[in-house]
Amino acid sequence: MADDAADIGSGRLGEEELKRGFSDLHEPLSRSEALIAADRCYFCYDAPCTTACPTGIDIPGFIQKIRSDNVEGSAQTILRENIMGGMCARVCPTEVLCEEACVRNTHEEKPVEIGLLQRYATDPVLASGKQLFERAPSSGKTVAVVGAGPAGLSCAHRLAMLGHDVVVFERNDKAGGLNEYGIAAYKTVDDFARREVDYILAIGGIEIRHGAVLGRDVTLDSLREDYDAVFLGIGLGAVNALEIDGAEDAAFQNAVHYIADLRQAQDLGQLPVGRRVVVIGGGMTAIDIAVQSKRLGAERVDIVYRRGAEQMGASKYEQDLAKTDGVVIRHWARPLHLQDGGVKVVEFAGTALNDTGRLEDTGETFRIEADVVFKAIGQRLADEVTNDAAGGLVINGGKIVVDETQATSIRGVWAGGDCVGGGDDLTVTAVQHGKVAAIAIDKALRK
Amino acid sequence: MANLASEFLGIRSPNPFWLASAPPTDKAYNVNRAFEAGWGGAVWKTLGEDPPIVNVSGPRYSALHSNERRVIGFNNIELITDRPLQVNLDEMREVKRNWPDRALVASVMLPMNERVWAKYLPMIEDTGIDGFELNFGCPHGMSERGMGSAVGQVPEYIQMATEWAKAAASVPVIVKLTPNVTNILPPAKAAKDGGADAVSLINTINSIMRVDYETLTMYPTTDGMGTHGGYCGEAVKPIALNMVAEIARTADTSALPISGIGGVTDWRDAVDFLALGASNVQVCTAAMVYGFKIIDDLTDGLSRFLDGKHMSSVTELVGKAVPSVSDWQYLNLNYVEKAVINQDLCIQCGRCHVVCEDTSHQAITQTLNGKRHYEVIDEECVGCNLCVSVCPVDNCITMQQIESGIDPRTREAIDPVARNWTQHPNNPMRKDD
Repeated sequence: MADDAADIGSGRLGEEELKRGFSDLHEPLSRSEALIAADRCYFCYDAPCTTACPTGIDIPGFIQKIRSDNVEGSAQTILRENIMGGMCARVCPTEVLCEEACVRNTHEEKPVEIGLLQRYATDPVLASGKQLFERAPSSGKTVAVVGAGPAGLSCAHRLAMLGHDVVVFERNDKAGGLNEYGIAAYKTVDDFARREVDYILAIGGIEIRHGAVLGRDVTLDSLREDYDAVFLGIGLGAVNALEIDGAEDAAFQNAVHYIADLRQAQDLGQLPVGRRVVVIGGGMTAIDIAVQSKRLGAERVDIVYRRGAEQMGASKYEQDLAKTDGVVIRHWARPLHLQDGGVKVVEFAGTALNDTGRLEDTGETFRIEADVVFKAIGQRLADEVTNDAAGGLVINGGKIVVDETQATSIRGVWAGGDCVGGGDDLTVTAVQHGKVAAIAIDKALRK
Repeated sequence: MANLASEFLGIRSPNPFWLASAPPTDKAYNVNRAFEAGWGGAVWKTLGEDPPIVNVSGPRYSALHSNERRVIGFNNIELITDRPLQVNLDEMREVKRNWPDRALVASVMLPMNERVWAKYLPMIEDTGIDGFELNFGCPHGMSERGMGSAVGQVPEYIQMATEWAKAAASVPVIVKLTPNVTNILPPAKAAKDGGADAVSLINTINSIMRVDYETLTMYPTTDGMGTHGGYCGEAVKPIALNMVAEIARTADTSALPISGIGGVTDWRDAVDFLALGASNVQVCTAAMVYGFKIIDDLTDGLSRFLDGKHMSSVTELVGKAVPSVSDWQYLNLNYVEKAVINQDLCIQCGRCHVVCEDTSHQAITQTLNGKRHYEVIDEECVGCNLCVSVCPVDNCITMQQIESGIDPRTREAIDPVARNWTQHPNNPMRKDD
């Protein structure tokens, strides 16, 4: 049976069904809906939502401006702290950030719809392209930014605002990083990621050089020599391996690669989709690949995670989203073996915490057959980066070590986003890293 | 349930809620619908001399909205009835005949000429109406022609016209007062001196709603020009309540029955007016915003309220709060209250803190051991009620009296004996003991 050909095919669903599955997860608010939602904001002092926002957006402030129909002023309040406020309005797990902190939860268990209000405020500005920020007089300095993802672009934009010129080195054909290649398609429909990048670059003073990979086309040493400062926003280029046999591990598709293909697909009907899909992992990427597989027409999708629901990196909201879509989430199991004879048979070991709190196998095993198996168990720095930076950059746990100003161990080099330690793999955190680093770089360059 | 049957100047109605003279009472069609819905009475849209006046064909109304577009305040420039007098009289006669248990009052506005009043009032009374209401209140349009509030702002005119009306009418005469005066007492006194059986108040307040942010003209306009209208709705209730209470608590006017008008929207508003001295209430804006069905809540709510107070009729409620209205100078300066925040109800929005910190007495904490924590600092609290007013949670912050001991703010012993400003040593004009 395991030697049967795997059932992988495209066009499992019709155009209409695909359209439905990949339209906005949350419909944008109309003006009247926004005014009603805005009116629920209590305009808290020292607001808990603002404290909970990694970029520190003045949330009651921008909502008050929505209330008074000053939508452009509202957008400026948002973008001042978070130039990717438009994308964050779509992808932030608000249920564990601003909306979790909303005092309305105490009052009536229903927070103000901050994410949707933020989208309401920022969409018109992104649509019109009106620039709300001016560049300071030129400092004559040029900063190299590696990686045109959320961290790099946030850093570049803030540097440009502060009067510096920026050259961004980007591996891919398109800028935007995971906003362009990684986020679930139903969270950012149409070409919003590209339009947001265009908006950010329109401030001026930012040049992007595509096809440039750190450790291959440029080196950290050359950048340090040629530029006044360096910011690394390079993300995590390599995918972690499962704790199984290397050849068996290779049979697992990388969820991030498949999602990148999906995001770039002109026609979702052309994507190969397995009839039965197994996903290993418990974070956002695991949910994203599972839900998107289902919405592409997979009949059965199982997520298998080695710990419980509480420990999953994906929020409860995300877990519920997957379950609503018919994804089965199996907790407390890890893959042991993969038998690949066309159809794949994955053998799992049941897991549990022992008395000392360590994860161990229970001795029980079970098998799941699948046509496609994905792993979504996290990423690490690309090898060429670690090699290039060897000897200089302090790396811990596969990630770059930085201080509170995002400075690395190398003088003149800052870093942020997923490639640094202590982060949470969120767009909003990457934006904050880029902003904090830019402010620190500006300070250093003006000494 | 308490019986809401009402008798005002001998005019009976099944409940004390009358529709005020206004757009909702312009035609038999509307008044029939109102009576079917359960309204106790109606004051017919103000009648005038023939030929009838002409209304604008542009906007007559505009509103002050809350953010969720609830109508808080309302403004109109509609004049008195624009239909021929005989059409109105025929309809009034028919309505009164069909609804004998409901109050039907004729509102009139006539020029300052005794012969005119003597001519029209008997004609109108012949329809079978229960009383007259003299419109000395409308602040727009008609006032430019020497009527409405132009009369209501001159006590001598009020008295004169009231005397003419009383001479020409055999049914009760109510004088409707304008709030567009600095002191409501002289007009009320003039009505009384002219022989009025009662006063009704308030009519609407001079107002411009806003500017059009596109055209930078006032809003709304008729062909680019606008004019002030009369302001009404929930927002005017506090102004109306003060004027009602002033008349009810002043010796010269306290004997005058009052029909309370101004922003009555739910039954609690009616309780306000009745307790502050009105014997019944009139409603317009709430009906214009929600339709006649609101009468269900008005009557049901009032009736249950009276039950809760063990009152068997509206009469028992009338004037109950009047003795509590006084002059500032008689307030007890030895009485001390402090705000108390219920920590179990607090949702930690911080608004009480910031308003006290920014605009008042720095009497509410922000943190305790590094965590959000809002608590009143008795040493600073003057008992001003600001935090109670801004707190979004009902009853989370309450004012509580400190009856004895030391006031932590003044560090002085609380004197159980009342002392007001007239007796206070800081008052150079104090009366000697």
